Amino acid sequence: MVKRHQLITGHQHTSLNQDGSLYPSHIPTNSVQKALLAVGSGVAALLNPYRHDMVAVLGEATGHMALIRLRDRMRNDPEGYTILTERPRIRLSTLDLTRMCALPEGTLGREYLRFLEKNKVTPDTRADVKFVDDQELAYVMQRYREVHDLLHTLLGMPTNMLGEVAVKWFEAAQTGLPMCVLGATLGPLRLSVSRLQMLVQSLGPWALRNGRHGRCVLSIFYEHRWEQNLDDLRKELNIESPPLHLFPSKNTSSNSFIKQ
Amino acid sequence: MAASIRTLALRTFCDSTRNIQHVSRSRVKHSCCPAWVTVCRGYSDGTEGKSTHFGFETVPEEEKAERVYKVFESVAGKYDVMNDAMSLGIHRLWKDSLLHVMNPQPGLRLLDTAGGTGDISFRFLEYTRSMHERQQRQKARSSQTPSWRDLADHYATNQTGLPPSRAVVCDINKEMLKVGKQRAEKAGISTGLSWVVGDAEELPFDDDQFDIYTIAFGIRNVTHIEQVLQEAVRVLKPGGRFLCLEFSKVSNPVLARLYDAYSFQMIPVLGEVIAGDWKSYQYLVESIRKFPDQETFKEMIEDAGFFCVQYFNLTGGIVSIHSGFKL
Repeated sequence: MVKRHQLITGHQHTSLNQDGSLYPSHIPTNSVQKALLAVGSGVAALLNPYRHDMVAVLGEATGHMALIRLRDRMRNDPEGYTILTERPRIRLSTLDLTRMCALPEGTLGREYLRFLEKNKVTPDTRADVKFVDDQELAYVMQRYREVHDLLHTLLGMPTNMLGEVAVKWFEAAQTGLPMCVLGATLGPLRLSVSRLQMLVQSLGPWALRNGRHGRCVLSIFYEHRWEQNLDDLRKELNIESPPLHLFPSKNTSSNSFIKQ
Repeated sequence: MAASIRTLALRTFCDSTRNIQHVSRSRVKHSCCPAWVTVCRGYSDGTEGKSTHFGFETVPEEEKAERVYKVFESVAGKYDVMNDAMSLGIHRLWKDSLLHVMNPQPGLRLLDTAGGTGDISFRFLEYTRSMHERQQRQKARSSQTPSWRDLADHYATNQTGLPPSRAVVCDINKEMLKVGKQRAEKAGISTGLSWVVGDAEELPFDDDQFDIYTIAFGIRNVTHIEQVLQEAVRVLKPGGRFLCLEFSKVSNPVLARLYDAYSFQMIPVLGEVIAGDWKSYQYLVESIRKFPDQETFKEMIEDAGFFCVQYFNLTGGIVSIHSGFKL
């Protein structure tokens, strides 16, 4: 009965804890604190770009309107609606790695694993959402974070500076989160001239175009699509293949790219 | 959990009878696994069921020590930076004031409880050393026409004369002590300083050991303030001085409002931005509100057996220095 009610209204029963928190990692904050957090985390992230937790906090403190828009977009998409009700999480513990390894080349699962191995990242390093004062919006934010690595795979971008900026431009165009917009604006400042050229001439316009016209990447139930061919998935999402093939380069001075 | 941490500290320092008692208790606890934690709680000496405050939260007494330990374990790395940021550097003036009130003469033994990163001890050693040097200079000046023998003696004592003042930094938290040791190494302080792991409620020292006992910004974190005061009486020599530097109640209502607003709005945000830890600093500001005010604390110190107890308010009462003597 309760589940039917949830499906109809899309609302889940929210239980308030003693300190007013709506979910385990929630820290309730008022608008003054959010403003201070936004400024503080912005400064901290600019001073030390390796403070991923500060980038995360900045996103949470400034992203309220954008999260509402994202959530509504997900609700209007049938697959997105399923995600909002089931709330799947992408973690190493929920992935069947042996099965994914055995998948054929070119499938989403195989390419995603390859991306994780090559760039030496795991989906478990994403910070928990703390400062979003709504359970559903907090989940949308968490989903956005967990989908970020999959986006790299979808867009074919490595985790070096240029790849990250390209993904940020895509995310800024799609989600409108102020943190993404800020990252997209300030990220290019740290690029070398040649890479900046690559960004402005081909990668950037491609990323913006696809972000605007592509289907909402948060509305895809990736967990059910590991066997799907990557190119097919791109076509379904209205995303063109990347114009440049970038390799994850360890040293920033090497211009490692091949034009397709 | 708190009991077993205490046991570890005591095992290293205490006399044999106490040792045997505690070791046998912990052995029994460990043998009753897998639920040895709950058995531990069951074995606690009649205090089960009692609760205390952890900030604005109510927790069982046994839990408080463990939670406080975790807070300081996580903030240890950024503790000094955060102190400067939160108090805008004023905490340095507060600690300097404590030393001026203390006015230690060279040659004394200090026990710096909850000494953590060593701020008070470093200041103590510097103060006594500069005082010692000043005394030496005065002595040299006052001897008008020194004979060659006097001069030779004077130089000899100068070279071998390490200031006999000694400071012992005692803290329950190993991470804080680690940070303190690193700071001492960086500052080049090697003599006259020792680092001891211990619980302020059960100090690993004999009776009548120290001339001065300080506890700076630590006493509000303990579970049983009375026990800490009792221990302070025990380890101080007769004539020894107890000094406590702690956050207290602001009497001025305007300042109180500003202080509250700053504490609750700004400090957790600073904690999140600088140290990546909102909750620990939320605990900090809440624990300040839970601590007794100047007069109540003064009475508690008198009840413990100290005499001539007085307090000095700093910065409008935001911080207060309480002082008492063991006679």
